[in-house]
Amino acid sequence: MLIGKVVGSVVATRKDEKLEGRKLLVVQVHNHKNEPTEQYVVAADSVQAGPGDMVLYATGSSARQTSATENRPVDAVVMAIVDSWDLGGANVYEKWNPR
Amino acid sequence: MFLALVVGTVVAPVQIPALDGRKLLLVRPIKPDGTPTGKTRIALDSVQAGEGDRVLVLDEGNGGRQILGDPKAPVKTIVVGVVDYVDVHGARVYDHRRRTEAQGS
Amino acid sequence: MYLARVTGRVVATHKYEGLGGVPLQWIQPLDEHGKAMGAQLVACAVISAGPGDLVHFVDGREAALACPETFVPVDAAIIGFVEQAVANGVRIGREGR
Repeated sequence: MLIGKVVGSVVATRKDEKLEGRKLLVVQVHNHKNEPTEQYVVAADSVQAGPGDMVLYATGSSARQTSATENRPVDAVVMAIVDSWDLGGANVYEKWNPR
Repeated sequence: MFLALVVGTVVAPVQIPALDGRKLLLVRPIKPDGTPTGKTRIALDSVQAGEGDRVLVLDEGNGGRQILGDPKAPVKTIVVGVVDYVDVHGARVYDHRRRTEAQGS
Repeated sequence: MYLARVTGRVVATHKYEGLGGVPLQWIQPLDEHGKAMGAQLVACAVISAGPGDLVHFVDGREAALACPETFVPVDAAIIGFVEQAVANGVRIGREGR
């Protein structure tokens, strides 16, 4: 999985019918040091994430292993909202004290 | 499947039960001529391969689980053959027997 | 399946159902020289390991099969604790050893 920040959402009226009713989030990928990268993914949501949330997302066929995405043309899914992380014991990100 | 060179061994005393007692190898994907390509992986051994061997590696879970006979094993990368020779465009680019002869002389 | 080093941990209380209680860790994939190979990623830690430890992990859909609940959106899981790896006569071990 990779971590990213939800920076927006995508609305598409004309789309595959199996995508109907799915919330699609625009996620900007952050690296392990919490530096934003130039990489963006559009991911379906399975945990009620919203703008500003730091999230974990899974890609590939794994993304279809949720009740919200099973048998749907989806290749990325947000599957957790991140509270905090540390590297080598040092705190890097803290949800309640964002840097 | 891809061709790879066995570059090392891995000792993992604590593993998920499906992998208990399985030998693990470090394999480096190679082109038919032997030049390295792609990321080094860890593979389960199913053919008694060893360091220095050129091998055939399966990197797909369904096939891997068939070989282990365990439909729920979380495995993906398995050494399924030791390569005797490789032909490309009608030319023999690798021959294991010639290589062992050369080493023996 | 790849060799990696555990570099940190991730806390997420709000996860997809079925992933409760599964620890998440940052890992750095390594090559046969023990050098970093590609970007760090987050994996489910089915086998307990801490920062500096050497592990191996499986990516893709197979990763979910390592979890207690197997119908879960997981694409990387630590499946073994590695004591040492030896490549070309060089030993790769736990950090600092």
